[in-house]
Amino acid sequence: MKIVVCAKQVPDTTEVRIDPVKGTLIREGVPSILNPDDANALEAALAMKDQNPDTEVIVVTMGPPQAQYMLRECLAMGADSAILLSDRAFGGADTWATSHTIAAAIKKIGNVDLVLAGRQAIDGDTAQVGPQVAMRLGLPAVTYVQNIEIEGDMAKVQRQLELGYEVIEVKLPCLLTAVKELGEPRYMTIAGIVDAYEKEITLWGREDLGLDPSECGLKASPTRVFRSFTPPVKGKGEIFTGTADGMVRDLMVRLKEKHYI
Amino acid sequence: MEKDLTLYHGVWVFAEQRHGKLMQVAIELLGEGRKLADDIGTELCAVLLGEDVKDLTQELFAYGADKVYLAEDKELNTYRTDAYTKVITEAIKTYKPEIVLLGATHIGRDLGPNLAVEVDTGLTADCTRLEIDPEDKKLKQTRPAFGGNLMATIICPEHRPQMSTVRPGVMEKPSYQADRSGEIVTLKPEFKDGDIRTQVVEVVQDLKSAVSLTDAEFIVSGGKGLGNPEGFELLQQLADRLGGVVASSRAAVDEGWISPTHQVGQTGTTVKPKIYVACGISGAIQHLAGMQNSDVIIAININENAPIFEVATYGLVGDLYEVVPAMIEELDQLKVEEAY
Ligand SMILES: Cc1cc2nc3c(=O)[nH]c(=O)nc-3n(C[C@H](O)[C@H](O)[C@H](O)COP(=O)(O)OP(=O)(O)OC[C@H]3O[C@@H](n4cnc5c(N)ncnc54)[C@H](O)[C@@H]3O)c2cc1C
Ligand SMILES: Nc1ncnc2c1ncn2[C@@H]1O[C@H](COP(=O)(O)O)[C@@H](O)[C@H]1O
Repeated sequence: MKIVVCAKQVPDTTEVRIDPVKGTLIREGVPSILNPDDANALEAALAMKDQNPDTEVIVVTMGPPQAQYMLRECLAMGADSAILLSDRAFGGADTWATSHTIAAAIKKIGNVDLVLAGRQAIDGDTAQVGPQVAMRLGLPAVTYVQNIEIEGDMAKVQRQLELGYEVIEVKLPCLLTAVKELGEPRYMTIAGIVDAYEKEITLWGREDLGLDPSECGLKASPTRVFRSFTPPVKGKGEIFTGTADGMVRDLMVRLKEKHYI
Repeated sequence: MEKDLTLYHGVWVFAEQRHGKLMQVAIELLGEGRKLADDIGTELCAVLLGEDVKDLTQELFAYGADKVYLAEDKELNTYRTDAYTKVITEAIKTYKPEIVLLGATHIGRDLGPNLAVEVDTGLTADCTRLEIDPEDKKLKQTRPAFGGNLMATIICPEHRPQMSTVRPGVMEKPSYQADRSGEIVTLKPEFKDGDIRTQVVEVVQDLKSAVSLTDAEFIVSGGKGLGNPEGFELLQQLADRLGGVVASSRAAVDEGWISPTHQVGQTGTTVKPKIYVACGISGAIQHLAGMQNSDVIIAININENAPIFEVATYGLVGDLYEVVPAMIEELDQLKVEEAY
């Protein structure tokens, strides 16, 4: 079975800080990581490979050249090969353009049985690229997948709902988007890290994918960022210290004064 | 291909229903959609899909819809990506709405991206604010990015419809006007073999842990600082005194102390209660993203430097296992006083 995992390098948003003076995002020094949901997707693919060694796992990312470090990490975890889609023309892509480019790459890879993506990337949180890649490839898709069983050419998956889940059957080839519950990603092994540095990362640009400049990047993106700003911070409230009883009494006075209770 | 934008009219709201009941977010969207439609000077329409759901049209009119596009078919009974995408895509292509809004539920976030590709337009996910530009009447869609560290206002200048998913619990519910009525436009879906490629073989509902966080007026929320699952029993006692419900941070869910349906935050539920009591929660940006619009935030944390105190209306620096019992006692005392 041939599996493609779509993975993205993202800034670790738990480490992102706001410049208190300028009110802008401080990106310097923020570590880049493999998007958490994509790590779960890769784990699912690798688990299938553990069970069936005939499985081939290919990781695909669209991003700037430094995204290769994230790909090395995926190789060290156990992926067979990695493809970096990188080109000036891809810059500024929204989900429409991103999914178009990734779909073109998956077509070029050819004969893919299963595409796995993360539910969402933590930089944009849009959860759109997965389903849109499927749409462009003409594949059925299931999102929010928390469990996968493959039997022959059928996938039986659990799709997470707000309350509970549904069990869905879908024929391969298909695309599934992964949530955290799919499984804790494995660590890189020392041997894996050594191997990873011997493997070649394939680089494909716009022309390799046979795309017109008008189909890529900002040019092909229906949406535009009109402006961005830091969320207004709430004025700091009142802080009580001292004994528990004392603090609670002070709190109750306030809540009653303001008729909150 | 250039699109003639002047052909597109009306604000559409996806009237998401499950088991014949409208989702709260659909009602919230009708409230928001009404404002947008009025600002543009156009009509508000609801799009309702299901099997035997015609009864819901009255509710949609009462909450502000001028028109309901109704598709009924047994294939539409439970949501399936292919079926819903097909019906709504055809409707959008035929009737050309200017704006399409969907709730950012597990269903809306699945349907939205598919529709956007099918009708060739942009989609802005998880919006928390929508407004019409008074000059050019275009939709400005504001949403959090980078885990809530940044807000971005997105526009879709040259494609129609302008599409957004909107987080549940963020927009205000409109008032119910029982005497409102409107027009029903019946859509006639036709499905061929192979149109619907997924099959739902089982639905497992987890009603035991069902909590309606979005509707709660009082929420007592616990984090990793609880130290153990029993801590939630103490929080439940406080919630009972307030007539509220218990919620949690993701760290507490990850520990397995409480079910994921209780999680507040970026990857959980957005809440806006009158009072949110955060007990042993550090206040990570992803958590704040889901609760910082609460009217009053009471934070109890042992660490005076915890970021939760930056957003707290009232901060109590101390051990929650001392503070929460003291609160319960005070509230019981209050009840006794009120009884006289
Ligand atoms: C992509 C992504 C999405 C996420 N989405 C969410 C989300 O939706 N919701 C969410 O909550 N998190 C989310 N997180 C996780 C988030 O970053 C934090 O890890 C999490 O919110 C921390 O939970 P916590 O505050 O309970 O735990 P901690 O950060 O461990 O904080 C525990 C707090 O308890 C205090 N404490 C300890 N003992 C006591 C005591 N006896 N009395 C009082 N205080 C005490 C400590 O001082 C500390 O401040 C997400 C993370 C990522 C990467
Ligand atoms: N640039 C990218 N390269 C590879 N995969 C991506 C890229 N952007 C998004 N994805 C995939 O699509 C998923 C959803 O991303 P998003 O729509 O940005 O939230 C991610 O979890 C990835 O699996």
